[in-house]
Amino acid sequence: MTDKKIPNALAGPSRRAFMAGGAALTASLFAPKGLRAQEFPTAEVNTTGLAVTDDAVTIGILHSVTGTMAISETGSVQAEKLAISQINAQGGILGRKIEYIQEDGASDWPTFAEKARKLLVNDKVASVMGCWTSASRKAVLPVFEQHNGFLYYPTFYEGLEQSPNVIYTGQEATQQIIAGLDWVTREKGAKTFYLLGSDYIWPRTSNKIARKHIENFMEGTSVVGEEYYPLGHTQFNSVINKIRLRKPDVIYAIVVGGSNVAFYKQLKAAGIDPAEESPMVLTISVTEDEIRGIGGENIEGSYACMKYFQSLENENNLAFVKAFKEMWGEDMVIGDVTQAAYLGPWLWKAAVEKAGSFDVDKVRAASPGIEMTTAPEGYVKIHENHHLWSKTRVGRAQADGQYEVVFETADLVEPDPFPEGYQ
Amino acid sequence: MFSDYSMTELGAIFAMQGFAGLILFSVFVLMALGLAIIFGQMGVINMAHGEFMILGAYVTYLTSTAFAVYVPGLFGIYFFVAMILAFIASGLLGLFVEWAMIRHLYKRPLDTLLATWGLSLILQQVYRSVFGAREVGVSIPDWMMGSLPLTDLIEIPINGIFVMVLATGIALGVYYLMFRSAWGLQVRAISQNRVMADAVGINTAWTDRLTFAIGCGVAGVAGSAFTMIGSTGPTAGQLYIVDTFLVVVFGGTGSLLGTIASAFSISQAQSIMEFFLSGSMAKVLTLLVVVGILMIRPQGLFSLKLRK
Repeated sequence: MTDKKIPNALAGPSRRAFMAGGAALTASLFAPKGLRAQEFPTAEVNTTGLAVTDDAVTIGILHSVTGTMAISETGSVQAEKLAISQINAQGGILGRKIEYIQEDGASDWPTFAEKARKLLVNDKVASVMGCWTSASRKAVLPVFEQHNGFLYYPTFYEGLEQSPNVIYTGQEATQQIIAGLDWVTREKGAKTFYLLGSDYIWPRTSNKIARKHIENFMEGTSVVGEEYYPLGHTQFNSVINKIRLRKPDVIYAIVVGGSNVAFYKQLKAAGIDPAEESPMVLTISVTEDEIRGIGGENIEGSYACMKYFQSLENENNLAFVKAFKEMWGEDMVIGDVTQAAYLGPWLWKAAVEKAGSFDVDKVRAASPGIEMTTAPEGYVKIHENHHLWSKTRVGRAQADGQYEVVFETADLVEPDPFPEGYQ
Repeated sequence: MFSDYSMTELGAIFAMQGFAGLILFSVFVLMALGLAIIFGQMGVINMAHGEFMILGAYVTYLTSTAFAVYVPGLFGIYFFVAMILAFIASGLLGLFVEWAMIRHLYKRPLDTLLATWGLSLILQQVYRSVFGAREVGVSIPDWMMGSLPLTDLIEIPINGIFVMVLATGIALGVYYLMFRSAWGLQVRAISQNRVMADAVGINTAWTDRLTFAIGCGVAGVAGSAFTMIGSTGPTAGQLYIVDTFLVVVFGGTGSLLGTIASAFSISQAQSIMEFFLSGSMAKVLTLLVVVGILMIRPQGLFSLKLRK
């Protein structure tokens, strides 16, 4: 397996030089507001009838705040509102304040499609931050493509998609999975894997990629079991016994939602303590958000592989965590998707400013190559394929519900939504 | 699949799998008893059963928080207090719901389905507004977590044993109430012939209300116990409702023994199949078998002769 690396031009000193340049550019953009808006007359920056006035631009926020998915999507809504308020505090976009219309997808996919249509057709929003599950994204996709809307989608997901109308700010599956498997094999000497998941597209596609990687791209490693349980399944004692029988080095778990809580509690209760690392637990579905429900003491010692952890110690992230807690409360935790959702408005702002226009076609054309040096996860860049270059990290769950970062890829990992050899 | 293992190892795995089946059985019994009382004895299709359970879970969460803050020394035993409070809270809510809604719908059983489903949505949103959309983490006393090593190879989860003991206790309690108390006699009389029961002077309105409240209270205790093995969130009740109805309907409405027999057969079938097949397949086959049996025997495993 070859590590996917970014061109060297982006790494090292030249990248630092670029970042300094970016900072100067950013500073120059915050000239007094009135001037800026006059520089960009509405008739010129908005030729397609979007909801842009002389002093405001309207975007949409489309997440579930009711229903089963509200648990997960609340963090995304909070992060997007934080980003919008910060952008407005800095003078907005092209001298215009961002206003938002929030719609509730209600954890129901047809509702998502209907609300997306409403946002695009009735409200003429310039872009939409939204969706969480792949099912909801698939439901709104035809609407966005038909009405030429522009969606920023925050969740790590299974890949196999690339729409001209979507920017994917979370990781696609290979970015998230491969680095973690390589790490656990290299550092922990893991040879055998037991793949476990909730029974729907994301865990199945992810485990398929994991299996291909384990069997074809690494040496001496094998899969000793693969298994799926219905969403909402709450009894894992049988599978725990099977795991005991197979004695894998690693339990690779992609269990989601309420099942997650049941799985980790029962694993611990059955005497398989992740902290003892025999077997180890490696997951790609448990962020700090989920740990709140599971309980830190039940999952302590498990490893998670994703691009962002709240405990990252860089200036961007310290500022982000501080601002998030100031806005939404001290007891908030921030997971991977919440951070990815926070990137959405900023990436859109950068693209609009690069294009000098709110027109979707121009924003789309301007998007590839957009860099963000102030991302809490560190530096990210939009790929031609509308996904983000990003680093992948492995964190070890702690009793206090945070992850301790134990590994980070040296370079940004290239997004590859249609991975060859993995399908 | 088993050729690489010694007999002792296999024996240990099967013993643990046997316990897994028994734990699943206990979970089903706990889930279903409250509904068996309400649906079986009163014929009320209570779609909000899961939400009554989650009320119990939230009460447990509040109790654990309160104990951790005010009497940390007694934290080890808070769970027992929490279960009693859960029974009271869910029972009181049940009492209120029966008075405000259910009693007006006794003559329209299908409407109770719709009304209680609406109630379940309302309760979910209330939990979401009060406790937030995210799941809450209920801390469990240390002695209740972990496992009990019976031999070198066999380990039994302590919370599983706890659920088994609790299920047995509550089943015995319900049995005593139904078959040894005056209230139970009245409930059975009403379910056999409501008009006649009324005529001989049984206060049917009050008995109904109490029955509904006790069923909800038992659901609350079950929810409280499930904080050990599952999640506590606004919509977590939905995770249990399908299995609950499956157990009660398959057992035959009106028969507590049927509920227990049905919980046993479904749990054993499911846990054995889960071991040899994949999880989703086990569920599919279990449901297929249940549907097949119900087609041949629509009244369920056990049924009472009722005068309509």
